[in-house]
Amino acid sequence: MKIHEFQAKELFKEYGVPVPRGGPAKNADEAAGIAESLGGFPVVVKAQIHAGGRGKGGGVKVSKTLDAAKENAAAIIGMNLVTRQTGPEGRTVKQVLVEEGLEIKKELYLSLIIDRDTANIMVIASEAGGVEIEEVAASTPEKIIKVEINPLLGIQPYHGRQAAFGLNLPAAAIKPFTKMLNQLYKLFVAYDCSLVEINPLVLTGDDAVIALDAKMDFDDNARFRHTDIVEKYRDLDEEDPLEVEASKYNLNYINMDGNVGNMVNGAGLAMAVMDTIKLAGAEPANFLDVGGGATAEMVENGFRIILEDEKVKGILINIFGGILRCDILAQGVVAAAKNMDIRVPVVVRMEGTNVEEGRKILEDSGMKIFTAVDMKDAGEQVARIVG
Amino acid sequence: MSIYVNSDTKLVVQGITGKEGQFHARQCISYGTNVVAGVTPGKGGNDMDGVPIFNSVKEAVKKAGANCSMIFVPPPFAADAIMEAADAGIELIVAITEGIPVLDMARVKHVLTQSGSRLIGPNCPGIITPGEAKVGIMPGPIHKAGGPIGVVSRSGTLTYEVVYQLTREGLGQTTCIGIGGDPINGTNFIDCLSAFENDPDTKGVVMVGEIGGNAEENAADFIKANLSKPVVGFVAGLTAPPGRRMGHAGAIISGSSGTADAKIEKLRSCGVTVCENLGDIGKVSAEAFGK
Repeated sequence: MKIHEFQAKELFKEYGVPVPRGGPAKNADEAAGIAESLGGFPVVVKAQIHAGGRGKGGGVKVSKTLDAAKENAAAIIGMNLVTRQTGPEGRTVKQVLVEEGLEIKKELYLSLIIDRDTANIMVIASEAGGVEIEEVAASTPEKIIKVEINPLLGIQPYHGRQAAFGLNLPAAAIKPFTKMLNQLYKLFVAYDCSLVEINPLVLTGDDAVIALDAKMDFDDNARFRHTDIVEKYRDLDEEDPLEVEASKYNLNYINMDGNVGNMVNGAGLAMAVMDTIKLAGAEPANFLDVGGGATAEMVENGFRIILEDEKVKGILINIFGGILRCDILAQGVVAAAKNMDIRVPVVVRMEGTNVEEGRKILEDSGMKIFTAVDMKDAGEQVARIVG
Repeated sequence: MSIYVNSDTKLVVQGITGKEGQFHARQCISYGTNVVAGVTPGKGGNDMDGVPIFNSVKEAVKKAGANCSMIFVPPPFAADAIMEAADAGIELIVAITEGIPVLDMARVKHVLTQSGSRLIGPNCPGIITPGEAKVGIMPGPIHKAGGPIGVVSRSGTLTYEVVYQLTREGLGQTTCIGIGGDPINGTNFIDCLSAFENDPDTKGVVMVGEIGGNAEENAADFIKANLSKPVVGFVAGLTAPPGRRMGHAGAIISGSSGTADAKIEKLRSCGVTVCENLGDIGKVSAEAFGK
């Protein structure tokens, strides 16, 4: 789960990580009120959406007067912001963050992630902040410092020193930086983060280190112990409505651009089915994993969600019955067909547990279903239908 | 021969009285797995279909001689269950549970390095040596005993599809292992490849990967340097959009790393026969293994 910059900064503040003074606003008047309360100019007005690249897309404006701040806020709120991360359709900005402008001496980069290979928490820091860290890694890899922390041990003073001296910080900034890193580590662990990223972390004219930006991503597997964060910070406007709907039924659904809807049990198989559709010359409209232990009701809901996507011109169902038995799947498909108008052709390929019973249920239902003998055949059939 | 599980495997099922645990314990028993015990704290002294239930894994080891554990404990308690099994000296721990917090697994992984236990999973279908022992949730009948192919995969149902096609081509399996779809897991591709290389009955390996991380790339280097046996590879997720978690917690393309294209290219450059269309994997394997 991602959260907004202003929300991440609230958590930063709670943990004593320095952030610029400021606050969120939902309209131009609120924004002006915050700008005024900061007691000086310039202020920065920043669009709050769950995507990076906001500055380049015109979603971040420095404002030298109160009027300018108000105008900028008015222009940004409600705008459709297109960045490299939103896709061409962009995202509507619902609110802005208004913050004091800082005198920036240097832009740095700092992030924490969990390293898959070593199972350590990894601090990544760089003197080359303000740009994509992947670009830095490609062009000047020597400017990237990695400090690994064993989660059983936790962060130690030497971890902080490694990062601080690696960043070539001035003497006055070393201690504040290590203290900040210590707190970020605590925050990371306390909330089961998968990413905490500050880009840029700035060194100001008076050698203070301040998180100018803040990005946090949380481990979805740990949601059960952070229901407070989910309740307080989850922004459903930032999520695809069909994906939100699917999550209510414990379905793993991701909306995509193609026109072949598909429903599969198991994430790996679902990806492979999407690939098969593509290799047959069509494009998948979604990823939908109904899971190993799906019930007839889940199958029915999955079907409905696929059909709510107007792009869908054909549906491919591929089930390898293991825990999810083929007869259960067939019952779900038939129930769905009874309760809604199946407006597009459906190709079904099933194999595995109780496949004969499943096939019989589909045959007896009177539904117009194309059955496929194997995966390749299924992909080719559905590609012909939509092609 | 086989790797990790065989007819000497004595299984304890942690979470045996839960819905999933009970169902799959029964499935394993009917497949022929020697299920010697179950563990559900507070239900010790009872039994399930004659299988004694204990309060702790230690007891199951001491009184029933368990040497392998299969875990169905729900995510909030699963890390604890894995560490309990390791502490009890279980040699092979198979964690089926999906949805364990990544940070929990990071800690477990470090704890396990201090123990002699091997972990398979979590978020995996388990492991099967066809005809000898099934320690997992995979459908038994799709497998064909006697080898000569080893299968290792990050996915569940995708593995069933692969195994099904192998069996249809007449290619039996020595052992099939699902290493799980989580970002941090126990046994990895390299462990399994190395074990298959050392297993005289395994003549070839099918390796099934997916997007995210660099386990496939690391495995490719290992194959090039250490494997004398032919390897057929498949990588799911050519069409997966970047930045999205594709069901499995570990299946996510971050920036430009972890893509299927990069993995396929790397595997090919290391001598692996890569099959791009899953529908062809049986045929491609039959050709590659010179059946």
